Amino acid sequence: MPNMNIVESVNSALDTMLSRDNDVIIFGEDVGYFGGVFRTSDGLQDKHGKHRVFDSPLSEGGIAATAFGMGINGLRPVVEIQFADYIFPAYDQIVNEMAKIRHRSGGEFWCPVTIRTPAGGGIRGGHHHSQSPEAQFTHTPGLKVVYCSTPYNAKGLLISAIEDNDPVIFFEPKRCYRGPFYGDPHNVPTWSGHPEAEVPDSHFKIPLGEARLAMEGDQCTVISWGAMVHVCEQAIKNSGISCDLIDLQTLVPWDREAVVKSIEKTGKCVIVHEAPKTSGFGAEMIASIQERCFWSLESPIERVTGWDTPFPHTTEWDYMPGPDRVAAAIAKTQEE
Amino acid sequence: MSGGSGGKPMHVPDAPHRPGDEAGFTEWPWSPGDLGRPGTDCQASETLDLAEGLVRVLGDDNKSSGEWDPKLTSEEMLMGLEHMMRLRIFDDRMMKMQRTGKLSFYMRSLGEEAVAIAQTMALEEQDWLFPTYRQPGAQFVRGRDMVSMICHCIGNEMDNVKGRQMPVHYTYREGRFISVSSPVGTQFSQAVGVALASDYKNLDEVTITWIGDGASAEGDYHYALNFASIFQAPVILNVVNNQWAISTHQNFASKNGNFAVRGIPYGIPSIRVDGNDFLALYSVTSWARERASQGLGPTHIEVLTYRAGAHSSSDDPSRYRPSDVHSYWPGGDPIERLRDHLKEIGKWSDELQKELSERIDSEVMAAYKEAVKFGDLANGPYPSSDAIFTEVYEEPPWHLMEQWEEMKKWRDE
Repeated sequence: MPNMNIVESVNSALDTMLSRDNDVIIFGEDVGYFGGVFRTSDGLQDKHGKHRVFDSPLSEGGIAATAFGMGINGLRPVVEIQFADYIFPAYDQIVNEMAKIRHRSGGEFWCPVTIRTPAGGGIRGGHHHSQSPEAQFTHTPGLKVVYCSTPYNAKGLLISAIEDNDPVIFFEPKRCYRGPFYGDPHNVPTWSGHPEAEVPDSHFKIPLGEARLAMEGDQCTVISWGAMVHVCEQAIKNSGISCDLIDLQTLVPWDREAVVKSIEKTGKCVIVHEAPKTSGFGAEMIASIQERCFWSLESPIERVTGWDTPFPHTTEWDYMPGPDRVAAAIAKTQEE
Repeated sequence: MSGGSGGKPMHVPDAPHRPGDEAGFTEWPWSPGDLGRPGTDCQASETLDLAEGLVRVLGDDNKSSGEWDPKLTSEEMLMGLEHMMRLRIFDDRMMKMQRTGKLSFYMRSLGEEAVAIAQTMALEEQDWLFPTYRQPGAQFVRGRDMVSMICHCIGNEMDNVKGRQMPVHYTYREGRFISVSSPVGTQFSQAVGVALASDYKNLDEVTITWIGDGASAEGDYHYALNFASIFQAPVILNVVNNQWAISTHQNFASKNGNFAVRGIPYGIPSIRVDGNDFLALYSVTSWARERASQGLGPTHIEVLTYRAGAHSSSDDPSRYRPSDVHSYWPGGDPIERLRDHLKEIGKWSDELQKELSERIDSEVMAAYKEAVKFGDLANGPYPSSDAIFTEVYEEPPWHLMEQWEEMKKWRDE
């Protein structure tokens, strides 16, 4: 099985779907001739033609609106918003239009659009190339929200997203495109040799709504998504505490069963995300977990998140949750 | 008050007439025959006179003339007249229903009946319509049953959108009439995507869309013009300049009062048309369809008209404009103008007009009586509230299933 990084596995998913389904069409800023600023659509225009993989004007609102129109008229557009920070001009089209069209039209129209967007920090991108705005979409009925973390799940989840008949916001952790991120900016590993970098060339799917158990243990349940999954892995190793590490993969609908099952076993829980704390998706999970697991919990649920501030430039390592903060939170859940 | 530029205060426009003012408009300098009908392969720059002028076909003498005369048969014109009269009578009936508490809300097309009807008649059956709430008349052209429209407006158990949308927010896929959305302008840029999908599939389908003068200030208007032009989409982009966005006059959307010319710098051939002239509307739309069908891309049209009624049943225009202002509009009334033309050419009479009006009125009444059999606003039956949870997604995920069960518990116990 080939070894891929996330750039290559996203490219492979797009290539697979372009080859299988003539209704799949790809566009966005710089995605055509150039192949995308992160190279995720490299070579696809050459292979599949300019009418199937093309550049768009710098207009996120226009990209989303055009994708909407194509989607309701029988195509299956996969569009790229170059950075998640730039998705907001498209917010009305996503929240009021894509998310509502099936419902508001009594099921007469629907919009099978996938919006791919690189998110998260760790690339010295400052506040406008680093945000992780998933919670701004999880609050919208009608959208599915996916956040991949590895080459393998990037491809399997992206194919599921494209084949899904509902609009899907697909976040890609840009810090992990070329290697997992363990929280140490000076350690820059590649995906080479990583078990999650073994990705089939062929079509395969990871169902939306299913979490991945990235590590198995019995003293604490650590839940995360995106780049933070790898930070959590490092933190668990550093802590010496035996943990389940749940990579949520899909935020809407999220895999509550997997979470409940784990917490019933461990009695403890830590939730980790890069996005700001207030109204972050972690808050939603904590509310749901206490509804279902209150009597299984042996200590308060800990939350490790980005701060409620804009994302910084040169000081980003003091913003992003790192292994030390996560390990301390895991340790805190173990206190008597 | 001192300002940044020579002490000048900030300029805030005002409407030309306010309540208590004497209403009036400058007579139009444009007559039928003034403007030529260029070849469909013309450049945007060659349409400047069409964008700055006004395409008219029906003259003050009730005769049709000029290169833009579509030479419709009297049967076609009579069909147009009937659709327009049906819309006006339907609107009057629905408005009465709203006033007596039988509808929650309503929006009439008064004074603008020609717009969607003439333009849709100029298209082919396979063409997509992406309307605002001021183009419901297109559905008559596409054969929608009035009972089904009234059921939607009531929101009863036969409402095809299952009680989810406000009245007049129609969806009618069978007639390729795409769902109306309240956020104004969003459909304009979406329509370009619909048109590009037809292009991609290599089908002879054109998409027509409309936006108001007010909503043309939204980003979506500009996204649409740019994408349509860049990708040469087979789309007809209409700005219906009815002068008012609720109480906001069009001079808050355009400094010079001309919307048509905005298409030209985008490289889109652009025309301004008398929106109360059925024949002119039909003709420019046919021309635009021909262009799209020939692979020549989008056409931008300003439909110059006047919103004779209120924005909606919740609006009272006498608070912000003279109540008789629309009667001074140089474009007159679209129904009277086509009627008078048909009389002029000897194909119509006051007697036939009266008969038609009475027939439509009784059809509308019958449709209303039929519709309320499926439920009225006060007593229902309404669509099942299960429809709150269905079609949010193709299949409801677990969290919706749980909330649905909870809703049923409160509802059914």
